[in-house]
Amino acid sequence: MATFNFELVSPERVLFSDAVDAVVLPASEGDMTVLPGHAPMMTTLKTGFLIIGNGSGNGKRVLVRGGFADINQNGLTVLAERALPAEELTQEVLDKEILQAEMLWDSTTDPAAKHAAEATLAQLREAKAALNY
Amino acid sequence: MPSLKDLRNRIASVKATQKITKAMQMVAAAKLRRAQTAAEAARPYAERMATVLGNLASGITVGPETPRLLAGTGADRIHLLIVCTAERGLCGAFNSSIARLTREHANRLLAEGKTVKIICVGKKGYDILRRQFAEQIIEFVDLRAVRQIGFEQADMIAQKILGRFEAGEFDVATLFYSRFRSVIAQIPTAQQIIPAQIEAAGTPSEAVYEYEPEEGEILATLLPRNLTVQIFRALLENAASEQGARMSAMDNATRNAGEMIKKQTMTYNRSRQAMITKELIEIISGAEAL
Repeated sequence: MATFNFELVSPERVLFSDAVDAVVLPASEGDMTVLPGHAPMMTTLKTGFLIIGNGSGNGKRVLVRGGFADINQNGLTVLAERALPAEELTQEVLDKEILQAEMLWDSTTDPAAKHAAEATLAQLREAKAALNY
Repeated sequence: MPSLKDLRNRIASVKATQKITKAMQMVAAAKLRRAQTAAEAARPYAERMATVLGNLASGITVGPETPRLLAGTGADRIHLLIVCTAERGLCGAFNSSIARLTREHANRLLAEGKTVKIICVGKKGYDILRRQFAEQIIEFVDLRAVRQIGFEQADMIAQKILGRFEAGEFDVATLFYSRFRSVIAQIPTAQQIIPAQIEAAGTPSEAVYEYEPEEGEILATLLPRNLTVQIFRALLENAASEQGARMSAMDNATRNAGEMIKKQTMTYNRSRQAMITKELIEIISGAEAL
């Protein structure tokens, strides 16, 4: 099966860099799956889970918060503002993130920013609920 | 001629100083390793960011719609200098060389009749520059309480700068920091960050990009983030440089103290021996006189 290069980079470190066969991105205008041979594309990301399909199909999950994805002939590069692999996610980490998002929500008055903060908050709460299972 | 007790005290005090400088060197070495890994880990992100931005910018023609962070305000009158230095001294010429570069830059701009504003990040640079540029310094960012530089600090500084840019307080922003080359070589660097300096992509990708959302919208979110990333990188490089400079400064100090101890011990032993000889002569000549 065809594969492509996928790199997940956060400001602090490179989280993942390998050949994969599918990646699900939480793009800002809806989730999308990137397969080999995807047309060149650039998109912003919202808060959500990025899923790496690594052959087995049931791949690694990483919670990303904001950032960019750049798809070109060389592969896919995701520049995430924050990235937390699912195995590092605990209740405390999520609670801290939620608290931060709430503070951001409280501090903005700009309707667009408020809306974005609300969406982030909803995503984080969803992630927390999913973690409880 | 100092007495033996004086010499002994002096040796003891130099030894104590040597112990301190030695300990500082070890601490700096340990911190350097951490700072260096952090700086290296952050490099890929900054590089990818530059590539993405280069790709994006090469496809855009500068027009009235172009974000001002990329195109500039069209003026070149007020310059903002962001000076990143350490919070602590005792690290050789590290702080003063960044300050010197800033001073040269500022003096040149002032001679050209431009307005200069300075933001100091780090206490040492503020202390040095305050003497000459007291009126130009508009803000001082204190990172003393921060143990490990994180993205949040860079973001905080970037937000401040963006706020001032939006308010039209300056036209051009330049970042001053020390680039980490090796433990013994740190290069003070000036880097223009607003308007963004974008290296043209090596080979303009002939493929047509799809953008989601609109191109301009992506660029508008990407540019402020690029600013944060550049500042973050500068802070990390600075942290590594500071520890490197401190390590070599403290290594020198330890060596100097060692030399001093050697010399003092020699004088001490000489005068001790002279004293013994003198006492012996006194005893012998006393016995002979009997």
